This record gives sequence, C-alpha cells and structure tokens, in this order.
Amino acid sequence: MALLEIRDLSKVYYRDTQKIPVFEDIDLDIEAGEFLVLMGPSGSGKTTLLNLVAGLDEPTTGTISVGGEKVTAMSRRQLAAWRSDHVGFIFQLYNLLPVLTAFQNVELPLLLTHLSKSERRDHVNTALDVVGLSDRADHFPRQLSGGQEQRVAIARAIVSDPTLILADEPTGDLDAKSADEVLTLLQRLNGEFNKTILLVTHDQRAADRGHAVMHLDKGVLTR
Amino acid sequence: MKYARLVWVNLMRNKRRTILTTISVAAALFLFVALRSVNTTLDEARDVGSESRMVVRNAISVVFSLPEAYYNWLTTVPGVSRVTWGNWFHGIYQDPRDFFPSFGVDVDGYFDIYFEMVVPEDQKQAFLRERTAAMVGTGLMERFGWRLGQTINLTSMIYSPDQSWPFTIRAVYTPIPGWTDEAFYFHYDYLYEMSEWTQPGWYVLELEDPSLAATVATTIDEHYENSRFATRTETERAFQSGMVSMYGNVGLLMNAVGIAVFFAILLVAANAMMMSGRERTSEVAVLKTLGYSDRLLFGLVVIEAAIITVVGGALGVFGAKVLFEGTGFQGMGFLPGFEVKLSTAAVGMAIAILLGLISGLVPAWQAARLPVAHTLRRVA
Repeated sequence: MALLEIRDLSKVYYRDTQKIPVFEDIDLDIEAGEFLVLMGPSGSGKTTLLNLVAGLDEPTTGTISVGGEKVTAMSRRQLAAWRSDHVGFIFQLYNLLPVLTAFQNVELPLLLTHLSKSERRDHVNTALDVVGLSDRADHFPRQLSGGQEQRVAIARAIVSDPTLILADEPTGDLDAKSADEVLTLLQRLNGEFNKTILLVTHDQRAADRGHAVMHLDKGVLTR
Repeated sequence: MKYARLVWVNLMRNKRRTILTTISVAAALFLFVALRSVNTTLDEARDVGSESRMVVRNAISVVFSLPEAYYNWLTTVPGVSRVTWGNWFHGIYQDPRDFFPSFGVDVDGYFDIYFEMVVPEDQKQAFLRERTAAMVGTGLMERFGWRLGQTINLTSMIYSPDQSWPFTIRAVYTPIPGWTDEAFYFHYDYLYEMSEWTQPGWYVLELEDPSLAATVATTIDEHYENSRFATRTETERAFQSGMVSMYGNVGLLMNAVGIAVFFAILLVAANAMMMSGRERTSEVAVLKTLGYSDRLLFGLVVIEAAIITVVGGALGVFGAKVLFEGTGFQGMGFLPGFEVKLSTAAVGMAIAILLGLISGLVPAWQAARLPVAHTLRRVA
C-alpha cells in the first residue's frame, strides 16, 4: 500500500457562474521513501495539488489518503492536528516569521507538541545541524541569505519528523549555487533519513534529483 | 506560556502602534475612572450629613434667606436641643478660579454642633475672640500656602463683588474622614456688619433624638406655613442630597461621556488590531500549514489585543488612583473625600478586558477563518 494515495481527484474553481476546472479524475500513488517531482507549466494545478495533499484546500471530488488516513474526510480541526504530525511544508519564498530568530522559527511546529523546553531545544538544534546552520540559530531572517533562509525553512519542515515533505518550488527564488545546496539537502533527507518528498518545480535541475518525474498539464497527470 | 514569545514578538512588531494604542486606552480609562469617581463621590456626599441634624431653609429655595427672628422660636421647638445658622458667602481668593466653599456662621454655636472639624482649643479661642478671624481647613491652607496669623483678602460673588474682605486666619481645622478640608468659616457678625441686608441662609438644628425628625419638621413648617418666609425643614442628609441635585443630572452626563469614551477607544483599539492582523495574513497562513488550529490562532490574537487593553487599562486606572489620591484632589472643596474606589478600579479593569476581547474579536475571527491556499497563492 502506497504512503500517499490519490483517487479520482478533481478540482474546479468557480468565478461567479463560470466553471474553471483545474484537473479531473487524477490518480497518484507515492511510496514511502519516494522522492517524486511534479512538473508542469504555470497554472497547470501543481500547487493546487500540493495544497490538497496538505489538506489546505478541499477537492471538488475524489479522495486523498496518507498512511491509511483519509485526509479528505477530516474536519478543519483534525486537519490542523494531522498537518502538525505528518506534513512538512517548504515554500518558494521561505515564509519565515521575520520577528523570530532561526531557532524560534524552527521551534514553531514543536510548540504544538507536548515536548518540554529542553526537548524542543534538542530537536531544533538537531534540525539546524542537519541543514548546516547551527551557527546561525540566533540570526533573524533578514540577517540570512536566501539560501540560508530556505535551509532554515527546511529545518522547520523536518523538525517534527513528518511523514511527508511537500516542497513548492523550493529553488524558485534562489541562485544556482543556493538552489544546488537546497536540492542536495532534500536529496540527503530522502536518502539518509528516508523522508518521502513531493516536490513541485519548473526547474529541470531539480527534477533530475528525484526518483521519478510526473507532468501535470491541461488537467492530465502523466509520467 | 510556550506561546508567550509569539504573542510578545507580535506585540513588539510595530512598537509605535502598540505604545500609542496602549496610551489611548490608558487615557480613556483614566477619564472613565475620573468621571465614575465623581459620581461615586457625589453619591456619597448625599450621605455625608448627619441624621441627628436638621436644616431649616427657605421653602422657595436655599438661595433665599430666613429672618434672624426665627432663631428664638426654633430653640423652643420640642425635640430640638441646639440651634445655629450659617450663610453662603461664595468667596474668591485673587482669581475667580480660586474658588472654595466659604460660610459666615454663628461661631458661638456652629462648632459645637459640627463635631466633624477638629480644632486646637487655643486656636478656637483665638478665632472666637476676633470678629474678622477665619477658620480654614488643612487642605485649603496647603492649596494656597497660607499660614496661621496671615491676613488674606477675599471678594464675594454675592456681597458687594467690588468690595475686598480682609480676614485673619486664626484657626486651622482637621476634618474627620469624608468631611471637606477645603472650607472657610468666619463670623456671621462680620458679614452682617459689612452688609446689613444679610439674614441667615439656613438654620441647623441638633435633635435630642433622630427619631423626632419628622415631628420637628412638621411642627416648624406648619408654624411658618403662612408667613412671608415659609420654611422647609429636612434632615441634613436630605438637605445635602438636595444640594448635590443642584449640580444637575451629573450622573447621566458622566455616564454618557463614559460610554462615548468607551466606544471611541473601542474603535481605536479594534482598528489597531485590524491593521496588525492584516499585516500578518501570510504569516497566519504559514502557521496554519504548520498545524496551528483555528482555535489556537483565534486565542493568540484575542490575547494579544487583551494585553494591550489590560496594560493600558491598568495604567489608566491605577494612574488615576495614584494621581487623585496622591494630590488630595477635592474638586475645589465640592468633592470632599474624592477617591477612586476599588470597585471603580475593578469596573475600569473589567472594561479594559472587555475592550480587549471585543477589539480582538474581528481580527481573531479573520485569522481563524483565513483560507490558507488562497492566501499562500496571493503571497507567492
């Protein structure tokens, strides 16, 4: 049984009475430990699919299951708790809180757990160590480069040891060198820590790092 | 507690706005507490008078006087043990704003009945001996920096306003709690001598037994019912209540201003919280992707708003308490015993908390119901 199972998934937006279908009847399986790259032109629905998997949006029809749990049947409250336990999200624009240090940003998901302060500190230090930014723990986002900010965001995504890492154009705002570092890091998380990753990108170099690449275009998902 | 840092950094994100909002809440609560304290002090002033003292005044109004000839007959009324009288002088020292209550009184009997003013015996005797002597409350002495033996000049808004009245301060009284320390007493004889049309403004009767009050009032008022100067006799407490009523419906005015202040500051606080919330829309969306629930985000925003209003409220409420009580404010003698009561402070703090909850409600609701996917797409 796949870790992520998507069945007959459709998403339709409505503008007044106008129906705007994004995709229809998509099926997708991702095995545990897989690093799948999703490509496609702008507006093809890649981010929408990612949001649906994270339970941030509701499908028009179809089901999504992660680890046997039906995400599409959960309430808002259940989804929040489920995301906290199972999803690590990486954004194109990092989305760190500017008023918090790197350490405090990484600690954010752990505040939702029952971990003690010292346990939280250990987890955060480990995550920052994994991304190679232990020495920047007390720095605010404005004091970091774009690549470093994205690595802090990755530390935040992995600190609670999620089942699934969802990355939305994580290299889209980075120079080639920083992008390469981030992709190497994601590859390491997948290879060394066996993290399941679904990565959305336009970047062919990013696509080359995954186990498999799928294309979403005009509502159709193909390998 | 583990979310305290998150709340704190959000409060400090725009320090100027947070400080200004806090100050505006503090100013509003200061005003509210001051207005409410005027109300509670006036309410208490109604109860200041004694039940064993009665006041006989002109039935038309206290503004009109009574004949001196009434004195002798009043002393014969069954149940009355002592009689004295006083007159409103409306004195002003140097500047019309330097107003304080001043009375020409029957010095031989007045201070035997009014035990609320404690005076050293030697000073009392000096005051009684000298026709132009004055007895002054401790607060008034302090307010104008007067000293014992000093001669001061007053003018009166009633008696020949162009005339200057010299007085020598011979006695200083210390009031019991609740009694004004800003009153000025002098000899009625001096008043009479300087202005011959003077008559007593009112008589004060000391009763043998407070239970006789109704009988005494009926006896006196019926006796003078058909005279040119009909009387109205009432307990001092009722008289005091009538005097307070002469201020007009102060309570209604104060409450109206208080409510207006409440709504004005509610809008200020709500606007500040809305602005703060709007600036953080994308961050709220990010927190939701991390697993922060609607309920938790709602609570964090409301707590943030409540902290601003509670801190502002505490500054305003306790600032008012310290300021008014520290300076011994008495509203120029019209609000003796003015104080910010704990109950008023408690109501002020309750309003501050309520302000926080209400002003945080809309931004908290917006944060809780924020459509994450839509917001993240807009940010990207």
